[in-house]
Parts: sequence; structure tokens; C-alpha cells
Amino acid sequence: MSHPLPLLNATDLSIGYGNHILLSGLGLELLPGQLVCFMGPNGVGKSTLIRTLAGLQKPVTGEIRFSNGDTRSVSVVLTDRFTSAYMTVYELVAFGRYPYLGWNLKLSDEDKKTINRSLQQVNISSLANTKLHELSDGQMQLTMIARALAQDTSVILLDEPTAHLDLNNRLEIMNLLREVSHSMNKAVLVATHELDLALQTADEIWLAGRNNELLRGIPEDLILNGAFDRIFKLKGFDLRTGQVAHSVSREDTVHLLGSGFEYRWTKNAIERIGYPLTEENARFSVVIRRDVDGTLVWDVGNTHSFTTIGSLLAHLRQDQTGKTIQ
Amino acid sequence: MKQITLKHWFLLPFLLVLCLIVNISLGSVDIPLNEILGILGGEKSSEEVWTSIIWDFRMTKALTCILAGGALSVAGLLMQTLFRNALAGPDVLGLSSGASLAVSLIIMGESAGIRLLADPSPWTIVGAASAGCGIVFFLVVLISKKLRDETSLLIIGLMIGATAASLVSVMQFLSSADDQQMFLIWTFGSLGGLNWTEIIILAAVLLVGILMALYLLKPLNAWMLGDHYATSLGVNVRVSRFLIISSACLLTGAVTAFCGPIAFVGLAVPHLTRLLFKTHDQKTLIPAVVLAGAILMLCCDILAQLPGSTHVLPINAITALIGAPVVISIIMQAKRVAV
Repeated sequence: MSHPLPLLNATDLSIGYGNHILLSGLGLELLPGQLVCFMGPNGVGKSTLIRTLAGLQKPVTGEIRFSNGDTRSVSVVLTDRFTSAYMTVYELVAFGRYPYLGWNLKLSDEDKKTINRSLQQVNISSLANTKLHELSDGQMQLTMIARALAQDTSVILLDEPTAHLDLNNRLEIMNLLREVSHSMNKAVLVATHELDLALQTADEIWLAGRNNELLRGIPEDLILNGAFDRIFKLKGFDLRTGQVAHSVSREDTVHLLGSGFEYRWTKNAIERIGYPLTEENARFSVVIRRDVDGTLVWDVGNTHSFTTIGSLLAHLRQDQTGKTIQ
Repeated sequence: MKQITLKHWFLLPFLLVLCLIVNISLGSVDIPLNEILGILGGEKSSEEVWTSIIWDFRMTKALTCILAGGALSVAGLLMQTLFRNALAGPDVLGLSSGASLAVSLIIMGESAGIRLLADPSPWTIVGAASAGCGIVFFLVVLISKKLRDETSLLIIGLMIGATAASLVSVMQFLSSADDQQMFLIWTFGSLGGLNWTEIIILAAVLLVGILMALYLLKPLNAWMLGDHYATSLGVNVRVSRFLIISSACLLTGAVTAFCGPIAFVGLAVPHLTRLLFKTHDQKTLIPAVVLAGAILMLCCDILAQLPGSTHVLPINAITALIGAPVVISIIMQAKRVAV
């Protein structure tokens, strides 16, 4: 299979404002069918890069080229806010068709089809006649994405599309963007803070660091070579396990027997209160089993049984012999 | 939703015709309604002078109301959209203040010790007001080329207005009581006294202003999403801003030159129209504000004639006096307004 041509290509790009250069010497390309997450600490120039690539701001040096030579081929979802008491979801999505309309803004049947298709794609067809101020933050963001889809461009750039959303909405949006890039063969670039979501959904990660440079790679490579740790200076979050690291603070040890999710979360709870897990010579032996009626039971030795992790932890705290390590 | 809008499209023209007839039928001379309709229909009137009164006085004034109300309302809509600010009106860039300053120089210049070539006459006042608007417009465009955001432009417009207003105060302080009186009367605004030539000029300006606004539909609508989104939708923000300012200034300038600084209508009508049509879409709003502005102006003029009396109140006293409580009550009912 031949290498696909990039939809967007930037060489020796420097971005910033006048003398204040944020990122320099960038060589970037966005490939069709790829979701790229652009990450970096606050103030590193994420929004500036999105705006520059979208043609809303001039690059300090360098050039941005599009495969079809058409700058119109970019749509954006920005953090800019606006209010309108009367605008409906449908009307906002219809803005996506503006580049194709004449002065009188008459929507053709083709335009209407595209708008309805975009609404369907993000599953908000039922909201079409809802006023914008009645939407939740998540629905508003979906509407903005539908608007970008209605613009029918090969490249979509999004600046923090999941900010202020709850976990479910964040997941929905990232999955949607992934789906859009893969099924419609678009290039989607998302500037985001959501490390965990980005690692699990992105085909490629752009990582902006402190020295005006930008690292590119697939998420797994960047985790294993420690690039994330260097740039984010992670405090207690172990990317390789994907969990917060727990420090040992007790002398007693626990031997845990079990499997599946219940094992994972029991382990998490025990480690969180400071007990190290060992294979042998443990002070406590905890066995996770299912009762005859299917409920979970935690046995400590042969003497105690608990039906919640909470009561198990209370017992472990109470029955300790060793001191806590300071 | 669609039906409500359709209903309004019948209601507004009907109200306009109604207000026009009521407006024409009122005046210091009592003319029976059937005679008025006859004269308008081209029939010969039983009294020769009535034909002249209707066509040369009442009709010209009513048409001036319609044209000025429509023009100021479109200008107000353009400014509210450009600045995304509910408080913006046609005067927000200091245009009327520029006109006031120029007119005050003509009227009060001599007694204030400034010798001008022109003596006060209706045409020199129109000329001065146009020049004053023109100079402020030129300044605003020059400044807007340097500025990137609308808020700065808004503040600078207000500053230009304040400067011009304080210069007018100085002129007033220095000039004689008679000249002050004459200037004061000009600031009250006047819808009467235009001849047919002037009305044709005003109509042409309104037509050009409306056509420009319609040509700017796309940028005006996209403007609501902010500069970045507008640009990403293919709108040239700089050129559009220049054209929006130009058409608003043309409309405001022409009305101010012929009728004096008429306040309030341009601010209130876009709000009332949005509340009525419940839309942000300029495609609906532009024609709707023309109709609504004309209606409001005719109503104000009807009230200014003080039915049953020979006195005529200054139009500026009426626009806000009647309009403000109406706008307040409507906004209180609607709970919220937006641009």
C-alpha cells in the first residue's frame, strides 16, 4: 500500500505573535483517516497552532499547504464563546454551509441534506429545533462539531473540545471524532488536556514541550520513551500502568487472591491505604470469592467475611499490628 | 413558528398603511377622511388648499417619517450586530455629535467669535451636518483600520462623540441666547419642512443603505459567531467591517443632515423587531426593521402633533418619552434580550 498524501503539510513553521515565538521549526503533516491529539502544558501554544493552521492567524515563518491547494478545506471548533437567544441547533449547523452560499444565503436541497446528515452523525437530529441556550455543554459541543462536519472539509481542527465536560461526554466526543476521521477519511486534529483519553483514542500524538519543539509519535512509543514524563513532569501518575502510584506507608503486608475487576479494584483500595501486596508471609490473607447467590465476599483468614471493600478496609485498619511508616 | 412569522409579515405592512393614513389625517387644519382619501386617489378636492396641504406638507412629512425611521433602524441594527452589543445605536460612532458640532459652528460660530463663510440657512445646515458626519466617519474608518477588535472601536466612537459634545458646550457658552435657541431647536429634530427633492435624496440613500445591508447578509450573520468563526467561514472580516460601518454612517448621516439628531428609534427598533420575530437572522431582520422603524416614527409623529391641539412637540421629546416605557414593558415581559 502506498503512503497516503498528507491533507495538510507545514514545513519549517514558526508560530506566535511578532517577536514572541511559541513553537518553531515545526514540520507537520495531517494524514487522511487519522485522529491526532495535540498535547502540552498550558501556554505552550496549542490554541495558537490551531488558529495558525486554520488560517485565522499568520505564521511567523513557514508555510502551510493543503493537498488540494484550497484553504477552504479546514473547519474549526474553537473555544470562542457567543450568545444568541434565538439561534437554533439547525441554524448553527447551517453556518457550516456559508462558504458555499451566495449573498442571499439560500440553502439548496444539497445543503439541507448535508446539514441533516451532519446532525445525524453526531446523534443530535432530535435537537434540531432546540435553542442554543437550552443545550447542555456537551450538546453544545456536539452541535459545534456538527457545524464543522457540515462545512464538509477534509481537515477538522478542534481546540479543547472536551473542556468542562463530564467523563461520559468527553468519551462520546473523542469516540465521535475517532469515528469521523476513520470512516470519512478526514484528518482530525484535537488540542486537548485529556491525557488518558488521548492515549486511548489518538492515532498520533503531537507533544509540545518547553523548548519550542514538538515531538510526534504514536501514543505507546511516547509513553515508553518517557516523553510524556519529561514534558508534563507527572506527579505520581504512572503512565505505564495508567494508574496513580501509591506509596507504601505500613509495615503489614497483604496477600490477595482473586481475579478480574474485583481483584483490580480491591488491590487499588488496599494499596491506596498504604499496604504493600506480597505473595507470602503476609500479615493478612484476603480471598475474593462469589457466594452461592452471586454476591461478592471478601474473606480475611478463616475468621472474618465482608460484603463490601469499605468494611474490609475498616477491618484492615483496625486489626493492624505494625506501625505506619513515616 | 413559521406561522407566527408569516402573521407578522401581514401585520407590519397593515400597521404601516394604517399609521400613514392616521398621520396624514391629523394636523392643524381639519380635513375630513373621505376628502383625504379622495385627494390621495387623485381626485379634485372641494377646497383647493387641502390638496396642497395633503401633498406638500402632510405627505412629505409622513414620507420623511417612513424614510428616517427605516434608515435609522437599519443603521441601529448594523451597529448592534457589528459591536455585538445591545446598547449600540446609529449614533454610537459619534456621527450625530460630529453633525451637531458642524451645525453649531454654522449657527453659533459668529457670536462665538468664529467667522465662517456660510450664514445659517436650511441648506448650509444640511451641508454642515453632512460634513460633520463625514469627518467623523472618516476618522472612525481610519481608526478601525488600526484596531483589531470592535470593543476598542466602540469606546473610541464614544470618545469622539464626547469630544464633539464638549466642543458644542463651549460654543454654546460663548454664543448669544438667540443663536443658542436656534441651535437647540435643531437638536430637537424635525421631520417636516423637507421638499420633494430632499425626500428623493433621502429615499435614494435609504435604498442604497438597505441594498448594502442585504449584500452584507453573510458577514452580518456570521459576525454573531465572532471574528474567528466568521473568517473560517470565508468572510473577509476587514472588508466587511468597513462596508458595515460605511452603510450605517451613510444612513445615519443622511437622516441627521435633513432631520437633525433623532435619538432612540435606531436603538429601540432592532430590539422590538427581534422580540417580535424571535430570530437572529438578518435576512428577516433587515426588511422587518425598515417596516417597524417606519411605523414607530409615524406613531411618534402622530403623538408629537398633540391630537386636538395646534401645538407640535419636538420629535426627539416624543421618541424617547413614548418609546422608552414601551420598550421597558416589552423587555420586562420577554425577560431577556440579546443581539
